[in-house]
Amino acid sequence: MTIEKEITCIICPIGCKIIIKKEGERLNILKGNKCKKGIEYARNEIFDPRRMLTSLIRVEGGEWPLVSVKSTDPVPKDKIFTILKEIHNTTIKAPIKSQQVILKNVANTGINIITTRTVHLLKNNNFFYKR
Amino acid sequence: MIEQTADVVVIGGGPAGLAAAISAKQHRANRVIVLDRNQWLGGILPQCIHDGFGVEELGVSMTGPEYAETYIEMAKSQGIMFLTETMVLRFNEALEIIAVNKKGILKLKAKVIILATGCREKTRWYSMIPGTRPSGIYTAGVTQALINLYNIMPGKKVVILGSGDVGLIMARRLKFEGAQVMGVVEFLPYASGLPRNVVQCLDDFDIPLYLNHTITYIAGKERLEKVTIQQVDHTMTPIPGTEKQIACDTLLLSLGLIPENELAKTIGVEIDDHTGGPLVNQRLETTIPGVFACGNCLQVYDTVDMLSFDAKKTGQYAAEYFIRKKAIGQNSKKGLIVHAGVGVRYVVPQRISTYGTIHFTLRVDKPRGATTLLLTAGKKEVLKKKLLGVNPVSMIRIDANISAEIFMAANELEVTLCDN
Ligand SMILES: Cc1cc2nc3c(=O)[nH]c(=O)nc-3n(C[C@H](O)[C@H](O)[C@H](O)COP(=O)(O)OP(=O)(O)OC[C@H]3O[C@@H](n4cnc5c(N)ncnc54)[C@H](O)[C@@H]3O)c2cc1C
Repeated sequence: MTIEKEITCIICPIGCKIIIKKEGERLNILKGNKCKKGIEYARNEIFDPRRMLTSLIRVEGGEWPLVSVKSTDPVPKDKIFTILKEIHNTTIKAPIKSQQVILKNVANTGINIITTRTVHLLKNNNFFYKR
Repeated sequence: MIEQTADVVVIGGGPAGLAAAISAKQHRANRVIVLDRNQWLGGILPQCIHDGFGVEELGVSMTGPEYAETYIEMAKSQGIMFLTETMVLRFNEALEIIAVNKKGILKLKAKVIILATGCREKTRWYSMIPGTRPSGIYTAGVTQALINLYNIMPGKKVVILGSGDVGLIMARRLKFEGAQVMGVVEFLPYASGLPRNVVQCLDDFDIPLYLNHTITYIAGKERLEKVTIQQVDHTMTPIPGTEKQIACDTLLLSLGLIPENELAKTIGVEIDDHTGGPLVNQRLETTIPGVFACGNCLQVYDTVDMLSFDAKKTGQYAAEYFIRKKAIGQNSKKGLIVHAGVGVRYVVPQRISTYGTIHFTLRVDKPRGATTLLLTAGKKEVLKKKLLGVNPVSMIRIDANISAEIFMAANELEVTLCDN
């Protein structure tokens, strides 16, 4: 079976429209990608669609109530909500540095969840939110 | 009153202010002070937890907080001074700034001022939606701050008006946090956010995008109960008989951003009606000598990468303004006015005070296929560039060489699109 399809690349804000042609297990990138990353994206989008996942984890004793986190690599699309559940069930203690590993091998994907910002300890007068 | 002097005072410590401050320092400005009313640096980036920042500029995709921390560390290591929780109240043509913080009133005398005040969101007032005035109506950026910074969920069943990036990204955030997202309503025939956000924020989760639709009624007594959506024709007029009601407790408005220039306006900095930002020359200087602008208060940028790139230019020009004032030289001639012609919504800079290679940024008025961009001075063609397709969502950047000859002979430049 041959399928011709347009895929919008999400690697960067340009959003190239990549035309692909799939014949059985063979995939041809016909046109539209402005860089090499688009080829890989289109291939994955057909055989193994993945997304970067960003969310937040609850923090105790920090100047902020939350710390932003991300997956170290794109995660399988169908695992997003399973991973989010693990993230939502986690609480960590301040102080927190950026790039700290919080969840290892999340949902058995081999991918870690790491922090993306610094959260200092809450000191007197130093909170950014009303508790 | 606390009095201080500085070479460069930057108003706003978002990515634009930080990039401009770093660049001014690198171009030999000594005392560089950044003022921000927030308790933190980085402007709105700490609430933009999604990734996609820095791809063009740094070659890696970062989240907003990561991008901000990269710049904050760079700025700190260069000895730039920061005053957070400090709100600038006004400044004057002598470049004296009045600000206020917990310690009291602060007076700063600067050699140059850089405006980096960012932008704010359009509210319900801008779209004049009829109906009641219940609670549950928020702008998308405020919701983003509530959820991502303060851990507050604004509602459970959400409709989003406007398909700008902030709205699209919030559709996904709300979904991730367990809300029901009923749909995104857009009155244009195309999404106004980036294509990547339509794919990964709406399509991925089967969130409906109602193009050519608007909200024509808001109902609810104390809390929002439902909205009426209606199809619009090509003149944006609602079509009778197409009304549809959607039950919801929360409405997010993602109607676009307006450059924040209230401060600049008070001293008479001229504003371009189309960009909403100050009129600037090729050195990104406003109509008040010594006052420069960068970032989203100059024009609303698509990406932070491009914004930082231009903000660094602003920092350089601001430093050069007092360090090599003579070398820059002002021409006896007043300069050229740059017009946005057929097919073009705006062009920055809006005026040119000397010849040389000029960096232009512009936006088109509507999406088109293959077209040719023309830069003309009177009848003379300065630059001609074929473009495969254009969209108001994507800013166009071009460099053009304005020769001394053209500069002296012409009074204005015009940028137009000419369909092939
Ligand atoms: C939801 C959302 C998603 C985005 N996604 C992306 C993306 O995926 N990729 C990308 O590249 N870009 C993205 N952007 C754009 C990017 O975040 C902005 O372009 C950038 O943050 C604007 O920088 P700025 O410094 O001009 O303004 P801001 O970040 O708004 O900073 C302005 C600062 O000025 C301060 N200020 C204003 N007035 C005063 C005053 N009178 N006194 C003292 N301080 C003052 C404010 O407190 C603020 O800190 C996104 C933006 C939003 C809102």
